[in-house]
Amino acid sequence: MSAPGQNYLNASTGLRSWLLTTDHKRIGILYAVAVTTFFLLGGIFALLVRTELAAPGETIMGPDTYNQAFTLHGVVMVFLVIIPAIPGILGNFVLPIQIGAKDVAFPRLNLFSWYIFIIGALLALSGWLVIGQVDTGWTFYTPYSSDGSTSVLWLTTAVFIAGFASILTGLNFIVTVHKMRAPGMTWNRLPLFVWAIYATAIVQVLATPVIGITMVLLFLERLMQIGIFDPALGGDPVLFQHFFWFYSHPAVYIMILPAMGIISDLMGTFSRQQVSGYTFIALSSVAIAFLGFLVWGHHMFVAGQSAISSIIFSMLTFLIGIPTGIKVFNWVATMYKGSVSLKTPMLYALMFLFLFTIGGLTGIMVGVLAVDVHLHDTYFIVAHFHYVMMGGALIGLIGGLHYWWPKITGRLYNETLGRIAAVLVFIGFNLTFFTQFIMGSRGMPRRYHDYAGLLEQYPEFTALNLASTAGSYILALGLFMILFYALLSLIRGRKAPANPWGAVTLEWTHTDSIPELHNFEKVPLVTRGPYDFHLADDVFGGRDAVQGTT
Amino acid sequence: MKERKAIWLPDAASTYAGDVDALFYFILVTSFVLFVGVMTAMVFFAWRFRRRSSDDRPAPVKENKIVEAAWILVPAALVAIVFVWGFRVFIQMNVAPPNAMEITVRAQKWSWLFEYPSGARSTELQLPVSRPVRLKMSSADVIHSFFVPAFRTKQDVVPGRYTYAWFEATRQDTFPLMCTEYCGQQHSTMLSSVIVQSQDDFEAWLQESLMAADAPPAERGALLYVQQGCQGCHSLDGTGVIGPSFQGLAGSERVFTDGTSALADDNYLREAITLPALKIVEGYDALMPGVYASLDPAEIDALIAFIKEQ
Ligand SMILES: [Cu+2]
Ligand SMILES: [Cu+2]
Repeated sequence: MSAPGQNYLNASTGLRSWLLTTDHKRIGILYAVAVTTFFLLGGIFALLVRTELAAPGETIMGPDTYNQAFTLHGVVMVFLVIIPAIPGILGNFVLPIQIGAKDVAFPRLNLFSWYIFIIGALLALSGWLVIGQVDTGWTFYTPYSSDGSTSVLWLTTAVFIAGFASILTGLNFIVTVHKMRAPGMTWNRLPLFVWAIYATAIVQVLATPVIGITMVLLFLERLMQIGIFDPALGGDPVLFQHFFWFYSHPAVYIMILPAMGIISDLMGTFSRQQVSGYTFIALSSVAIAFLGFLVWGHHMFVAGQSAISSIIFSMLTFLIGIPTGIKVFNWVATMYKGSVSLKTPMLYALMFLFLFTIGGLTGIMVGVLAVDVHLHDTYFIVAHFHYVMMGGALIGLIGGLHYWWPKITGRLYNETLGRIAAVLVFIGFNLTFFTQFIMGSRGMPRRYHDYAGLLEQYPEFTALNLASTAGSYILALGLFMILFYALLSLIRGRKAPANPWGAVTLEWTHTDSIPELHNFEKVPLVTRGPYDFHLADDVFGGRDAVQGTT
Repeated sequence: MKERKAIWLPDAASTYAGDVDALFYFILVTSFVLFVGVMTAMVFFAWRFRRRSSDDRPAPVKENKIVEAAWILVPAALVAIVFVWGFRVFIQMNVAPPNAMEITVRAQKWSWLFEYPSGARSTELQLPVSRPVRLKMSSADVIHSFFVPAFRTKQDVVPGRYTYAWFEATRQDTFPLMCTEYCGQQHSTMLSSVIVQSQDDFEAWLQESLMAADAPPAERGALLYVQQGCQGCHSLDGTGVIGPSFQGLAGSERVFTDGTSALADDNYLREAITLPALKIVEGYDALMPGVYASLDPAEIDALIAFIKEQ
């Protein structure tokens, strides 16, 4: 079909061939470039925030600048990094190949989604530069957000537009999984990464319109003075919080489910073992995609909603939290009687288990009504969601990028540097955020520009904040190191074999080192499950299965 | 009094704080045990089943029904326990005893004002020890949140409606009180204190703070300056952070953001108190709430008299 030596990277060249590509693999790379840029930006804001808090009093910026910095950190990281990252980069690159398709169902729509995302992102950032700064926090709570400057409207419009990219990408993946599977790729042979992206897509399609509607209501209230959220106009400010969390809690699953999919694939591949509880993990992801819509009120235990509502929301939260706990047991059990290789991607998978388990257990803590009253809106919450969002979603992404890097670029990276960076990230992350659990349980409120006024009662806040800031620098160092050896690998990395990990899913077994333009020479015929290492004689040269255990 | 041993929660000082703490530590210890268990299994498996040759192909493991049932039932049971426990303590934290003393709380950017049944007002929350107190809270502008860590009490204070909280202080001390719902520029300085004293001292304080109506206006104004929260934004020493300082204000030439100017006479001061958004002094933002229009005329006179003395 294609000339030997030709692949999706060299099939055509020039900037135009990238910006107008409809190849899902190239679009995945377009997302990677955009998201990495935004991640750097969001990371700079995070470091500014942590530097300001390194010592009591005003350190490097005044309260207005600080409030804008944490707002931009939140908005950029949530809407421009974590939500689009895994579906956009790895969903696009990997999912079609994993199901044996030559592209997604609607390739042009896929490119269009990327442009919508970029327009939304640029709008968000240009509003910040041109119109003025937003200091509402990423949650935009009314009435603070509705009587501030107009740049709030600009930013919410940007979020609204970026939301369409999310909806269209979700739609594309749902149709792709239903319609484009290769012969033999039955539902119970789908890799768990595909299941996860599929479940995520359902949430993207169902939940994202709600934040769109919310932003439109905010807009109407500002422009036409209709009393919806603003009590001065007869509105209800708590209604905004209901709307906001009705989207943003399911959005937590948009952020974490794809990472769980990556972890499942990593645990299976690097343990050469069936992923324990395959059916359970697959179906519970889809179940959570629906049930996740019923628990938004757990963000509002002290917001003024009725005690009865709080009790019901707390109970539902626990019910849907249990399956997540069971998944952690499944991932650990996958290693049992396996053949465990601690390559860099696997280090990130184990790091995910460590951090995400802490994030989950502290989630139980803040889901308990009486305890949440004390912990709500303190640094305990900040620590909790960073353990889930960064320790979970982003560490999953980084693990996945290391895993699929040889397939995306055709190159290997330096394994030693990879492990050193992983250790730095692990130490830096825990130093940054574990200290925040302690501060929060002692009562340090979040979004405080300064804690000098608390020191008389809480002298320990100085040392804890300094430690947290030091941790954030170590974390940044680790992340920059990853960027460094990734670029080094692009320039002079060793050529990667087609299947460097001994994985048995289609992207490793049926494509070249760098996949060709249409992924496969001919449509693959799938004859085994995604983790059937014992059946993969083609990968292991027909040698008999070795029983590595007693 | 200031000795602190615990790493986690601050020393408790309300009747229900002990119940909250017991639950917190139960979850903390249980979580720690679970976490150590999972991590031990993870590290052990990673070492015990490490890859010995690149050709290793272990046989698939049969799923063990008993183990699976255990890891479904144990978390479910633990979660059921903490939910019911948390729910019971939460009800206790939500239902104030009928004999509770009601204190009105008014929050605004960026100060707290407390009003007692006798009509006394203060910017620090004064409480008698061992007496249940119910707070009836409202906000003049955006959402704030009333948080006293030592009491384990937190409740958002929302504009346009009342929200409630209650507690009973168990020991005499001074505790920090913070705003925990982000409310703008000075969110992190929206701090106050809870001063818990004996019933007798509390009564004495109440008496003291109810100023006789026949006191000179400037003296009543000085009290209002504290009680109405003016001090949160307007200093007396010439420094102006949120609002202009009162020092030398009266009689000075004021320049406004629209370029006009005016002499700060009695009428200007009156207008600046009741209609603060009308003219904004250059260098400041329109932050002052309009709630002072509801002060009675004698109080406004007293405040003006006080400002003129600065
Ligand atoms: Cu949530
Ligand atoms: Cu505040």
